[in-house]
Amino acid sequence: MLSAEIVDIIAAARDHGWVLEPEALRLLRAAGVPVPRFAWATSETQAREAAAGIGYPVVAKVVSPKVMHKSDVQGVQPGIPDAESLASVYDRFSRLPGFDGVVVAEMLSGRELIVGAKIDFQFGPVILLGIGGTAVEIYNDTATRMAPLKARDVESMLTCLRGSRLLTGYRGFAAVNIPKLTEMMLAFSDVVMELGDRIDSIDLNPVFCSPERCTVADARIVLAPQG
Amino acid sequence: MDFTPLFKPKTAAVIGVSFTNERHPANVIYNKIHLRYPVKVYPVNPRGGMFNRDRVYRAVAEIPGRVDLAVIAVRADLVPEALADCIRSGVGGAVIVSGGFAESGRGDLQERIAGMAREADFPFIGPNCLGIYSPGKFDTFFLPGERLVRPNPGNVGFVSQSGGVLVDQMVKFTEQGLGLSLAVSIGNKALIRETDMLRHLADDPETKVIAFYVEGFGRNEGRAFVELAAGISKPVVVLKAGKTAEGSRAVSSHTASLAGDYKVFSDVLAQHGIVEARNEFELTCFCESLSHYPRAIEGNVGVITVSGGHGALATDICADLGLQVPRLSEAVKTEIRAGLSANIRGIASLENPVDLTGSSTDADFEAAISALGRAPEVDCLLLLLLPYSPGISSDLGARLSYVHQQSGKPLVAYVPHVEKYRILIEGFELNNVPVASSIDGAAFMVEAMRRCRPC
Repeated sequence: MLSAEIVDIIAAARDHGWVLEPEALRLLRAAGVPVPRFAWATSETQAREAAAGIGYPVVAKVVSPKVMHKSDVQGVQPGIPDAESLASVYDRFSRLPGFDGVVVAEMLSGRELIVGAKIDFQFGPVILLGIGGTAVEIYNDTATRMAPLKARDVESMLTCLRGSRLLTGYRGFAAVNIPKLTEMMLAFSDVVMELGDRIDSIDLNPVFCSPERCTVADARIVLAPQG
Repeated sequence: MDFTPLFKPKTAAVIGVSFTNERHPANVIYNKIHLRYPVKVYPVNPRGGMFNRDRVYRAVAEIPGRVDLAVIAVRADLVPEALADCIRSGVGGAVIVSGGFAESGRGDLQERIAGMAREADFPFIGPNCLGIYSPGKFDTFFLPGERLVRPNPGNVGFVSQSGGVLVDQMVKFTEQGLGLSLAVSIGNKALIRETDMLRHLADDPETKVIAFYVEGFGRNEGRAFVELAAGISKPVVVLKAGKTAEGSRAVSSHTASLAGDYKVFSDVLAQHGIVEARNEFELTCFCESLSHYPRAIEGNVGVITVSGGHGALATDICADLGLQVPRLSEAVKTEIRAGLSANIRGIASLENPVDLTGSSTDADFEAAISALGRAPEVDCLLLLLLPYSPGISSDLGARLSYVHQQSGKPLVAYVPHVEKYRILIEGFELNNVPVASSIDGAAFMVEAMRRCRPC
C-alpha cells in the first residue's frame, strides 16, 4: 500500500503531469530509497539556512514546473563553496521560467548510474539499471528486468552490463557497495509496483554509488496521462 | 477450454468447399484430409449436392454424428453464420482460415466472432491463418501437400503468428532432421493466443521443446507469457520480429528511450530463462539441441577435434557467444593420454581444444570423450568430426552417444556434408546426439542450453 504521503505527492503533481524534483525526492525517501540531505528553498534566506545545515559545498538546482530538463537551461550548479556564491546562483535561477525556488542538496560522489522504471505495454512495470553519466545514451549500457525484482535479478543486471567491472572494482577504483545498491533497487522496485499505472516512467539519474552508499541525486517522475 | 478436438480430431468438416474453383482453400484442405489423413472429413456448402462422389452437407448441423474440428474457409462476412452453425451443432473447435478481419480494418467483425466463441466456450484458431499441422495425423494448410516440406513427427511444438514463417521454418526443421509434435499458425489470434498455446503444449506429453515466432504481445500479455513460461520445465524458444505500435510513441524520459520495446523484450525473456533466438538459424539450432537436452548448462565447453584449425575456429565462436573453453587439469590430460593409441599419444594436443589429429581412430575418440565426460571443468562437449581419415568408422556416432547417458553431459557434434556422411550422422542422431552441419551451428547448439539459464 502506498503511504498517504506518496498518494498526496502524486495527486498534487497531476496538474503538470510530472513530479517536481523536491517532491520526487520526498516520495523516494518515503519509499525507503536513499536520497541526499536536501531542502526546497523558496527564498535566498531559506537557501542559505539549508546550505548551512547541510554544510558546504552544496549543489543547487532550479525548481520549476516549466523546466523538466534542468541542465538544458543551466539550472544545476554543483560545488557551491559558500553563501555568497549560493546567493548569486539563487539570483540567476530566479530569472528562469516558472521559477518556484531551488533544491539545495549535499554533494555526492561515486560512480554514476542511471536507474529507471517504465510501464511497458507488453510486460507492465520494468526496471532499468545502467552505467550513467552524460554519455548514457551514447553507450546505452543498460539491463532491464521485469518488476518486481528479486535480489538475484539485481545481481544478474550487474553481470550483464558491459561496464560491470566499473562497479565491482577496476584498477584503482574501489567496488561500489553492492548490498546497498541491491537494497536500493529492491526498494525502488517495490514502490514502482505500488505506483503501477499511475506513472509513465521514472528516471533516477544520476544515482551515485560509492563503497559506502548508493544515493539518488536527481529524480524525475512522469505521470501517466489521465484516462 | 478443451483443445483436444482441435488438435486431435477424429472427424472434421470443411466449410466453404467450392464447386467451381478446385484451388479454393477449402477444396485443397478437404482433398488433403480426405485422401491422406486418418480423419473422417465432410464437405460443407449451403448449396448441398455432390462433390466428386461425396455428399455435400448444407450445414454442419446436417452432418450425422459428432464433428470434432471445423475448418472455416468462407468470405469474412459469412464467418459469423458458419461459426454459429458449428457452435449450435456441438462441434469441438474450429480453424478459421478466412482473412478480412483485423488485418484489413475489420476489427469489429473479429471481435464479434471472438465474443461468440467466448460465450460458448468454443475454441478456434485464427482468423487469417494456416491453422494446424500435426505430422502424420492431419493439417489444415490450404497449400497442396506436394508443395510442402513435411517434417516427421517429433517433439518440438511450434506456434507462429505468421503462416509464412511457419511453413518456411518447417523446411529448416526438416533439413535439420528435426520433428514436430504440433505446428500452429495462430494468425490474428482473436481467441487462442500464445499464452493459451504455451499452456497447452506444456501439458502435451509429445512436446519437449516449445518454440514461438512472435510479432508482439497485447497489453500486459508478455508478462503473463513469461510468468507462465518460467514455471514450466520444458525449454521455451522465442524468435521475435516487429515492433509494437507503442514503439514509435514519443518518449519523454531516458528510461523510455534506453529501454526500447525490443530491449525490454529481450532482457525480460532472458530474466525468465526463455531462450531468445535472434534469427531462423538460431531457432533451428536451439530447437534441435533442446529437443535432445532440454535443460540448462553453465557453458564450460570441452572441444574435441581432429583439426587444429577447426578447434581454433570453434573456440573463437564460443568466446564470441560468451561460452568458456576452460583449460584442462593435469589429471584429466593424464587420463586422456593413457587411453590414446600409441601412434597418436605423442602428437595429440591435450589442451582444450583436445586435438586428436588426423591419425586418430574410433577408440581415441572414445578415450577423450569418456575422460572429458568425467572432467569437472567442463559441462558440455563439442565434437568437431572430420570423417575424412580411414580410422573413423560409421559406428562412431553410436559408440560416443553413451557420454550423455553415463555422465549426463550433453554432447554436440559437427559433421560436414549431410548427404555423404548420412550413416555416421544418423549414428549420432538416433542415439540422442544432435549434429550440426556447420561449426557455428554446433556452437549455437551449446549456446541454446546456456541461454536456458535465467539471466
